[in-house]
Amino acid sequence: MFNGGGPGGRGRGKDSTKAKNFSGSIKRMISEMKGFYLAIIIAIIMSLGGSILSVITPDKLADITDEITGGLMIDRGRVEKVSAEIMTSDMSQDSKIDGVTVSAEDKVVFMQKVQEIAQDLDAENPADIDASKIYGAVDEMPESVKTLIEPKMDYDAIKHLAIVMGILLALSAIMEFVEGWIMARVTAGFARNLRNRISHKINKLPLRYFDKHQIGDVLSRITNDVDSVASSLDNSFGTIIGEGSLMIGATVMMFWTNWILALVAIISSLLGFIFVAIILSKSQKYFTDRQVELGNINSHIEEVYSGLAVVKAYDGKATADRKFDKINRKIHTANQKSQFLSGMMHPFMAFVGNFGYVAVCVSGALLTMNGYISFGVIVAFISYVRLFSSPLSRIAQAIGSLQPAAASSERVFEFIDEEEMSSERGLGADIDKDNVKGDIEFDHVKFGYNDDKLIIKDFSAKVKAGQKIAIVGPTGAGKTTMVNLLMKFYDINSGDIRIDGKSTKEMTRAEIHSLFTMVLQDTWMFSGTVRDNIAYNHTSITDKEIMKICDTVGLGHFIKTLPNGLKTDVDEGGAISAGQKQLITIARGMVEDAPFLILDEATSNVDTRTEELVQKAMDKLMEGRTSFIIAHRLSTIKNADLILVMNEGNIIETGNHEELMAKGGFYADLYNSQFAL
Amino acid sequence: MFKLLRYLKPKDYLFIGLAVLFIAGQVGLELKMPEYMSAITRLVQTEGSEMKDILQNGGMMLLCALGSLISTIIAGWFVSNIGADFSYIIRKKIFDKVESLGINEVRKFSTASLITRTTNDITQTRMLITMGANMLVRAPLSAAWAIIKIHGKSWEWSTATAVAVVILLATIITTMMIVIPRFKVIQKLTDRLNGVTRENLTGIRVVRAFNAEKYQEHKFDKTNTELADITRFVDRVMSVMSPMMYMVMNGITLVIYCIGAYLIGNSVMADKLTIFSDMVVFSSYAIHVIMSFLMVAMIFMMIPRAQVSADRINEVLDTPLTIKDGNFDDDTAETGTVEFRNVSFKYPDAEEYLLKNISFKAEKGQTVAFIGSTGSGKSTLINLVPRFYDATDGSVFVDGVNVKDYKQKALRRKLGYVPQKAVIFSGTVASNISYGDSGNGKPSERKIQKAAQVAQAKNFIEKLDKQYNAHIAQSGTNISGGQKQRLAIARAVARDPEIYIFDDSFSALDYKTDASLRQALKDYTKDATSLIVAQRIGTIMNADQIIVLDKGECVGHGTHKELMKNCEVYKEIALSQLTKEELNV
Repeated sequence: MFNGGGPGGRGRGKDSTKAKNFSGSIKRMISEMKGFYLAIIIAIIMSLGGSILSVITPDKLADITDEITGGLMIDRGRVEKVSAEIMTSDMSQDSKIDGVTVSAEDKVVFMQKVQEIAQDLDAENPADIDASKIYGAVDEMPESVKTLIEPKMDYDAIKHLAIVMGILLALSAIMEFVEGWIMARVTAGFARNLRNRISHKINKLPLRYFDKHQIGDVLSRITNDVDSVASSLDNSFGTIIGEGSLMIGATVMMFWTNWILALVAIISSLLGFIFVAIILSKSQKYFTDRQVELGNINSHIEEVYSGLAVVKAYDGKATADRKFDKINRKIHTANQKSQFLSGMMHPFMAFVGNFGYVAVCVSGALLTMNGYISFGVIVAFISYVRLFSSPLSRIAQAIGSLQPAAASSERVFEFIDEEEMSSERGLGADIDKDNVKGDIEFDHVKFGYNDDKLIIKDFSAKVKAGQKIAIVGPTGAGKTTMVNLLMKFYDINSGDIRIDGKSTKEMTRAEIHSLFTMVLQDTWMFSGTVRDNIAYNHTSITDKEIMKICDTVGLGHFIKTLPNGLKTDVDEGGAISAGQKQLITIARGMVEDAPFLILDEATSNVDTRTEELVQKAMDKLMEGRTSFIIAHRLSTIKNADLILVMNEGNIIETGNHEELMAKGGFYADLYNSQFAL
Repeated sequence: MFKLLRYLKPKDYLFIGLAVLFIAGQVGLELKMPEYMSAITRLVQTEGSEMKDILQNGGMMLLCALGSLISTIIAGWFVSNIGADFSYIIRKKIFDKVESLGINEVRKFSTASLITRTTNDITQTRMLITMGANMLVRAPLSAAWAIIKIHGKSWEWSTATAVAVVILLATIITTMMIVIPRFKVIQKLTDRLNGVTRENLTGIRVVRAFNAEKYQEHKFDKTNTELADITRFVDRVMSVMSPMMYMVMNGITLVIYCIGAYLIGNSVMADKLTIFSDMVVFSSYAIHVIMSFLMVAMIFMMIPRAQVSADRINEVLDTPLTIKDGNFDDDTAETGTVEFRNVSFKYPDAEEYLLKNISFKAEKGQTVAFIGSTGSGKSTLINLVPRFYDATDGSVFVDGVNVKDYKQKALRRKLGYVPQKAVIFSGTVASNISYGDSGNGKPSERKIQKAAQVAQAKNFIEKLDKQYNAHIAQSGTNISGGQKQRLAIARAVARDPEIYIFDDSFSALDYKTDASLRQALKDYTKDATSLIVAQRIGTIMNADQIIVLDKGECVGHGTHKELMKNCEVYKEIALSQLTKEELNV
């Protein structure tokens, strides 16, 4: 129930295992399972049925025990009746008693044996009776008398009861199995639904969300959190329903059989349970501690291992060790305490079980001796006590493990409930990418990532079809902001961006995206073949068309050298270099074939020759398109029709190369600085 | 697995002994209880028994239960200590070991894998020790004890019990055989699902720009459905187990009673009572036997999982250290010199050399730059100086002494190393700059500020909320890449080294900062030697020596001017970055 702190737990806050609103998230979880209600109801019925059956079975075992003891006890009254009849009959002659012929000799032997055990039979104090002596005497009695007084076992009744009990056991097992079968469907289906909803949600969220949240966070919601919800559904819900009904069943049966014993059993179990509850709540603290400290050591280890070169070069070992030892010590304490306390639970429950047993036996014995109940009732109660006390601890455990599951479900639903991008209902400019000229106009555009801080203040510019716009600035200057606005990844605060005179506010995001080809520095590749990566969602494109594009960007030769040509898997052994990846993304852009282009010129980790190839391909891509280029090459910048100089998020200067150099501002400074030392 | 236990301390072995003792005591007491149970049974059932006797037996049974509870708790205390000690000791061992590993070994394991080995794998093995130790001792003891108790009572009952054990074990083994290979598939599918999601998230702009949302969702859905199908199947197979166990456990009692009825019926009166109480006792011991076998089966399921983890831990602990410490830490005749004599390098497990026959000498106060395309070996070369790797052939000298002869501490005190990707530790700005041990005590506050100024970090630091005491998150996620790089440089400056090593440390800076930083550095450290790996020609144009590398070989050595004349590779790189007139040729 308390899984170790895997990498998934890394970096999460203190409260990751605690739900903020436990009952709220459970309610939500239940309401989200709407489509599975019928299955769940059937599962509950099965579980209830199984529980009821397993409660009835001890009852049958008690009946069997009664039957067996019935064939065990010598009926004193019968012995007295037989001996009286024998004594009143003629001792020297055979006579018939209850249809059995008892010979004269038999009578004599019988009387002798009765004499032998007489003092035992007549003893005042029952404790003085030597039962085995009596039983031994009976064995030595003549056959005829034995048949008269020996107890008889009702084999038919036992056989009947055994068959019934066997059927009940099998039925209860089958029902429990069916419940598991159905719950497997519910869990897998529910987990699948949740995952799909998260996956779909990703594409409905504004990019703003991903600026603030880490990828690892979303990933852990999709796997760890969904898994945790699913497994708790499977285990905890199942346990609570099944064991709960078992407990209720046991209670009902106990009271129905004998209310005094029922009270004894319940009170003794509950006493123990209170202990267990205290232990559980105490150990919870150490489990949380442990999770927190494991997270801490994880971060520390990650830091040291990944920066090992620096740790070594700077002799940072002592510092690293000090921190490590401190956390490691804390884990030691938390480990020991949590393990010890949680380890106490089972022995305590076992003790409670035994305590209940003795309590039931003693009080049962009292009642038996006073003739209130039969021995079978005690046997049944021994099972009831077990049925009552063991679910208690399992339910407590299930509720305990529901805690982190509730926390997980909160995280899942928090993501699903996240505010989506603005609605696009009623939008649509009926724009067709084949008929777009390619003019674009910025009209007093104002934008800020936060409402209170504008970073693009009143930007206006007119770009004619086919022109090139270079965006320059130091790293982190906010060049991607322009990409974000052009692609309508973010909505502008005020002003307008118009394409061919039509406001982008009137267009759907999908329409705008269809007008743009985007090639970023991140050579984003996904698992699949080279062909998949180039064609992407243009599934109807033919291999011939793709090869033509590959030839244009200078990728044709490379693809022919691949073992399976276009069908080669991109994951296979890193055979594709960074430069070739860049060419593939350029080819992908060509397939898209849109009138506008957004291009990041940066070539990272590419050797000089490949760089030339990539630059040639980029030039090809720019041909005939209105292009926005995050520029790194002087030639591009110098040839650009318009340069947007950005720093710290703002567009601080605009103009062409000559104008900006003449101005002697930031751009000129930037341009000149690269040659100074 | 047992190999790891040798790291435990004598105290832990004592604890293990005591734990075994108390577990044995507990098992003994637990198995004593059915005797009292049967005594109570007999008493309750015999007419005229006295309450006193029932109470006495009940009391004894409760005493046993209490004793067993207490010994379990004591044993639990020992076991929990052993487990905690174990993970404490092993974790420390691995951490120490990793700290002393060479960069090459770390590369071979991969950082992520080393992290899991230090955390998850230890948790796995600890679980086997704490849970397993308990069961490993308990199960055989209690099985043996219970078997002795019921031995010779009746072969019919024993056979029935044996059959029950076989049925249960067969169920478990078949289930596991079906399920375990599929667990691996589930893991793989989960990884793939993660992959598809990661893909969608990292490329979110591309996905949207290409209107490819449906395409991604379809891909996700396919894997998701596969995953759901196989988990459902596995869950269903697994759901056989619990009802089966329940049925067998209850069934065995029924069978024993039925056999009992038959035996009683066929025996003479004198034996009937004995058989009856034997039957009650047997049925409870039989459950003990079955439970013990279940426990053993569970351990066998746990062992392979823990064994994998233990092997992974041992693999780290048994890795031989390739970088051996020397013992030279005296003063040297020269200062600030670095010399490579015919140095070649390849990874021990690789075939091809990454560096071939490199020779040069950097004199005190000089700047030596290294340039070349990716994979040309420039980073590897520079990493031979702080002995992150050792040269395969030839030798590297610092201040005229072979780096292999130095005590590593002594060698590294001479060096100020700045890696390609800035390493930032959680803490404060100041703790990052003053990081480590330079042999001269902690740098003063003034020194830290001076270092920050040289590294062009002063401005941004002083804009932070608490300035030098500003909190820095893990990996420096709350500051930008350029800021991280400047802090990393300040860290080197604060150390006042004889020799600076910049492994492509300037690429994250814009041209302007790059230039002013190098100027400030030059002013501040006139006597220090600098080894610089760079990608930008602008960064290295004025170096005293430039070494051009191509596929591990030195294809040019000289100043910028010389190389522009006689080195094709250098010219090619230069021209791809700057125009002819900008290069002044």
